[in-house]
Amino acid sequence: MFESLSQKLGNVFGKLRGKGSLSENDVMAVSREIRVALLEADVALPVVKEFIESIKAKAIGQNVIKGINPGQQVIKIVHDALVEMLGSTTQDLRFGAPPSAYLMVGLQGSGKTTSTAKIAKLLSEKHAKKVLMASLDVYRPAAQEQLKQLGEQTGIATLSIIEGQKPLEITQRALETARKEGYDVVMLDTAGRLSIDTELMAEVSAIQKMAKPVETILVADAMTGQDAVNTAKAFDEQVGLTGIMLTRVDGDARGGAAMSMKAVTGKPIKLLGMGEKWSEIETFHPERIAGRILGMGDIVSLVERAAETVNTQDAMKMAEKFKKGQFDFNDLLAQMQQMQKMGGMGAMMKMLPGLSGMASQIEAAGLDDSILKRQEAIISSMTLHERENPDTLNASRKKRIAAGSGTSVQDVNKLYKQLQQMQTMMKRMKKMGAGKMMGMMKNMMGGKADELELMAKSMDPDGLGADMAGLGDMSSGLGPNPFAGKGNPFGGKADLASLLSKGKK
Amino acid sequence: MVFWRKKNNASEQEREEREDKIIHHPREPALEVSTENDSPSEKEPSFETEADILDDLESSPVPHHRPLEDAKEAEELSDHSEEGGWLSRLTKGLSKSTGRISSGIGDLLTKAKLDQDALDRLEEVLIEADLGPKTAAKVIEQFAQGRFGKDIDEQEIREALAETIAAILQPVARPLVIKKPENGPMVILVCGVNGAGKTTTIGKLAHSYKFGPENHIAPQSVMIAAGDTFRAAAVEQLEIWAKRTGSPLVKKDIGADAASVAFEASARARKEGTDILLIDTAGRLQNKANLMEELGKIVRVLKKQDESQPHEVLLVLDSTTGQNAFSQVEIFKEMVNVTGLIVTKLDGSAKGGVLVGLADQFGLPVYAIGVGEAVEDMQPFNAKEYARSLLGLGH
Ligand SMILES: Nc1nc2c(ncn2[C@@H]2O[C@H](COP(=O)(O)OP(=O)(O)OP(=O)(O)O)[C@@H](O)[C@H]2O)c(=O)[nH]1
Ligand SMILES: [Mg+2]
Repeated sequence: MFESLSQKLGNVFGKLRGKGSLSENDVMAVSREIRVALLEADVALPVVKEFIESIKAKAIGQNVIKGINPGQQVIKIVHDALVEMLGSTTQDLRFGAPPSAYLMVGLQGSGKTTSTAKIAKLLSEKHAKKVLMASLDVYRPAAQEQLKQLGEQTGIATLSIIEGQKPLEITQRALETARKEGYDVVMLDTAGRLSIDTELMAEVSAIQKMAKPVETILVADAMTGQDAVNTAKAFDEQVGLTGIMLTRVDGDARGGAAMSMKAVTGKPIKLLGMGEKWSEIETFHPERIAGRILGMGDIVSLVERAAETVNTQDAMKMAEKFKKGQFDFNDLLAQMQQMQKMGGMGAMMKMLPGLSGMASQIEAAGLDDSILKRQEAIISSMTLHERENPDTLNASRKKRIAAGSGTSVQDVNKLYKQLQQMQTMMKRMKKMGAGKMMGMMKNMMGGKADELELMAKSMDPDGLGADMAGLGDMSSGLGPNPFAGKGNPFGGKADLASLLSKGKK
Repeated sequence: MVFWRKKNNASEQEREEREDKIIHHPREPALEVSTENDSPSEKEPSFETEADILDDLESSPVPHHRPLEDAKEAEELSDHSEEGGWLSRLTKGLSKSTGRISSGIGDLLTKAKLDQDALDRLEEVLIEADLGPKTAAKVIEQFAQGRFGKDIDEQEIREALAETIAAILQPVARPLVIKKPENGPMVILVCGVNGAGKTTTIGKLAHSYKFGPENHIAPQSVMIAAGDTFRAAAVEQLEIWAKRTGSPLVKKDIGADAASVAFEASARARKEGTDILLIDTAGRLQNKANLMEELGKIVRVLKKQDESQPHEVLLVLDSTTGQNAFSQVEIFKEMVNVTGLIVTKLDGSAKGGVLVGLADQFGLPVYAIGVGEAVEDMQPFNAKEYARSLLGLGH
């Protein structure tokens, strides 16, 4: 549904390749894309404005890194700033002298009760704490019953329910019980309340004063919109939050609320709710949420890896060869090795949202790394002369190569065909003019960032369906050829197709 | 520019592209990037200018509806004698947060002409109400037409913007019409994401149908089915609502097949001659295919009772939800053919502005809104009053 930010920035920066440094105009042009992306991810407007200003300050004047397009570079700046803002270190839950009280607060329906049980289970399993849970929700029908049942399911003790007791009375009883019976932690699950409900906000404040919790956690839904700032601010003012738990992160919301709440309260996001089961709780990873807010998964670490492994000189040399239509087995080998340096296909897939689930399908299609290995072996079994002159491969040579690499003649033929395909591609591209071709070369050899952009197009977390469709093409249309496939990270065929169609016009 | 409904001759993609272009302010710097290093051969088609885009929009086909016109017509036709009352709750809830809106608009007073600055600030007011950047830009665009550069005072600005928004919402402000089939109950299936307010809404619906004055219908007999067989104490919660409203409850043990609960409830309601059957379901996130499939199964099973069932499928939306509401409506609609929305928690500080974009994109009726946790805290959705409240205007 949302176009990925990297794609948008790619468009903005389409003409910028090869420029020295990011100018104010460049950065202004992207900043509006970033603004829209953040707003679509539900980051609150005041937070967006502030953030954009800081990005401008950081990005203007930066030198453009060779081999990476400026759009990707700005994304990296944005991403890093986002991670920094979200809190780059994980914040652990704290404990005081037992019993430590944990107070859970939030709006109606934000997931407090489930989260209470999840944290209790986490504390008892991972931290070996003896935990007591108490529901102070006397308003919502069967709320106390719900916590009781969760206690039974998880094996965590719950405070007995006494009909007619008020939240403050229950609090007192919970604290006493915890003290007497030697609990390490007592978790207080409060009723959901609106931040503008002065009466109920005063109530939760009184509970806080009585319980003196070591952790006061705001439970907030990852789908929350602009109101996240009002809610977080109001609760923080009333009860002094120590942390935030973001729920329903297993949904497809972009989760900008996380950034809004962190920005207005300065309180860390400590935990993520990842499902309805009590075991589905995770510590907060800023990279993950940052990538999500930007709609691009963990693309940044991929860019980083590309920057590390790609030697720009090599890429240029390769491009030169392409230009002359000379693409031989040596070049193919170099390309394969580069891909493996980046962790192989599996690693790349896993880093990208929407593709992580495709690993099995990739295997089914025979597109795994073992193919790369096999093809590498085939090339290694060729003489230098054969590598540089693919046309000399005759039947007897092929037989020898197959035997030497432990493959079949069929495999050798496939690889040969693959090379021919690439050569044809080169020749077609030659007609399109040098400039475009250089861009294309960069796509194929050096500028990993550009391929990532391509990948990102089919990889928006919101567009899982499209990803799968893309895979269909990849596996059926072109055979087990990791270099010529459509939607293939290193073939750039999709880009080629669009370039070709433009060329025809 | 006008709000257009889905058209068969304009593909989704085209539409999105166009929308995308107008979200950028004319004031923003032009897309001028250096071409110093480009070789002549790599000239690409130049970027469309803002003017091109607007021209494009002008020539877009005439929409089926012109909401502004629709609204005026509806306004003339509608009966105002019953209005008032429900709004006080909503306005009370909104008043806190409208303080900021009012002051934002108040600043406009000093400017006699409606200029870009003023429009920008109005747009920000809408964004902060969760309209989303694209919808906010569209609304402002529509609003500015014929007004830009004109002398206009604060009151006029507010009134006019409220009218623009009301016009978009008017077509979806339709009540749920109760129509019991001859040979069985009218079946209403209630679904939505976790914690949206489904169960509470069922309690409120049961109350209003049984005691009906607000809907101007004769009291109906209501049965409730506990289709949430997953969440802890979900059945107990619904049981309390059933008692409060004096409605019989069909339930099974936790872990039972939700579809079988629905099936049995439908059979029992037919046998007992019940007018309305309300079916609760477990909360589910729309991206969980297996859970969505389970919802689909409930519908299929109901159709075995009677092809016309369920007669209504309500999607309950929490007004604190931001842009994810689009995904919710889209996927639930696709899976179980949602027939209408109920928007809850409008008594809070969230304004649920995403409704404006939803109305434009999906056109699903907003049957009612939730404004509190008690049985009587449900009200019809009134486009005009909602739009005015959004802008801090009284009624
Ligand atoms: N303030 C306010 N609270 C509401 C409204 N509607 C529901 N709630 C509250 O929201 C919380 C969740 O409501 P439920 O009806 O349990 O929601 P649900 O969708 O059935 O939740 P699950 O079954 O757990 O997915 C409860 O505390 C309700 O009292 C409303 O209109 N206003
Ligand atoms: Mg429920």
